[in-house]
Amino acid sequence: MAFRSLATRKTLSLGLNSTRLTQSRALQTFSLPDLPYDYGALEPAISGEIMQLHHQKHHQTYITNYNKALEQLHEAIQKGDSSTVVKLQTAIKFNGGGHINHSIFWNNLAPIHEGGGEPPKGSLGWAIDTNFGSLESLIQKISAEGASLQGSGWVWLGLDKELKKLVIETTANQDPLVTKGPHLVPLLGIDVWEHAYYLQYKNVRPDYLKNIWKVINWKYASGVYEKESA
Amino acid sequence: MATSQNSALLPSQAKFELKPPPYPLNALEPHMSQATLEYHWGKHHKTYVENLNKQIVGTELEGLSLEDIVVVSYNKGDVLPSFNNAAQAWNHEFFWESMKPGGGGKPSGELLDLIEKDFGSFDQFVEEFKSAAATQFGSGWAWLAYKASEKDKKLEVIKSVNAVNPLVSDYFPLLTVDVWEHAYYLDFQNRRPDYISTFMEKLVSWEAVSARLEKAKVQAAK
Repeated sequence: MAFRSLATRKTLSLGLNSTRLTQSRALQTFSLPDLPYDYGALEPAISGEIMQLHHQKHHQTYITNYNKALEQLHEAIQKGDSSTVVKLQTAIKFNGGGHINHSIFWNNLAPIHEGGGEPPKGSLGWAIDTNFGSLESLIQKISAEGASLQGSGWVWLGLDKELKKLVIETTANQDPLVTKGPHLVPLLGIDVWEHAYYLQYKNVRPDYLKNIWKVINWKYASGVYEKESA
Repeated sequence: MATSQNSALLPSQAKFELKPPPYPLNALEPHMSQATLEYHWGKHHKTYVENLNKQIVGTELEGLSLEDIVVVSYNKGDVLPSFNNAAQAWNHEFFWESMKPGGGGKPSGELLDLIEKDFGSFDQFVEEFKSAAATQFGSGWAWLAYKASEKDKKLEVIKSVNAVNPLVSDYFPLLTVDVWEHAYYLDFQNRRPDYISTFMEKLVSWEAVSARLEKAKVQAAK
């Protein structure tokens, strides 16, 4: 993930006496990560137009507003303004969550010629069979959960590190998976906000959830699983 | 909408109908496209009505008015399965009737007086309404509603998540804008603020809002 360092105007204006403070409190902000494939590379499952808007506009807006909220938080903490610190939490959760979720989502997808849709092998494949019976049954469950989620949100395949098993969860809006439990690690997240599919699938979310499996990057999910379950 | 008389006679056939907007589907062009209305009314709204009809067959909700089903199935926040479809069926009908071809502009008469009293000025109200609509996280609605308690009668701007609406808080809804992405994505894509401005400047039917205020005051006085 790309970040850059940014000292706020306020910090700079404090001058030489606060060098130590400036260094220890320098604010890290975030910038839009590159997609690991071209916008059109997931067609026909997901159109290039959707991918471009989703990445350049939606994800960028979450990052912009997350950075804004972080700067305000930084300032509020320096002033000791607790009420503003607390007030900023919803914007941080929404926009920071949007940034986290989309960063995972891009990695969860891959063009077919780069392995998109290829079933997971190795330990994740075994774990899926153990927990859900088969990959087909897992896919059915995730698709059904995603289709019935009210409003905007995400459906996840996660690893519960404490219980050492795979779980399916949904989260509302841009809540990241960790809001459902501190031991949950996301392996695969599918965006079911309407902006993720509307230009192509309109009101038929189940068709989007049927086709997205053709470009799911199970290799990425397997990599996370192996690292986190070791 | 099914009348209670019909439903008493023919309970198994008591069904809500998909009421069309009070204008042709291309009448809000270019501000809201025909394609948007074809999907939004012809698919989304229709699906809510159809699913509601399926859900309430043979339940104690059958035969109630749509408003009553919304309030009863909200169940003080512990929502019953039919709440989402009932409230969305109600919300969409209310939304279509909140707009008209050649809408926008400014209200007049008592509605304008109340807006100026409760928000300071019409422009301040517009700012507050737009801000509520723009900052509703995820899917939902923004509303102008009339709150009539014993000690206080006033207008309020509120926002609500997914299917929730002011009926469940015992407010009288006067105006709404749908900020689910399906309401504006074909015409505006990610630019929700542009959609909201267009709604306020070109589409709002202030006659409808005034008529609703009149009705709300009568009901509140009962």
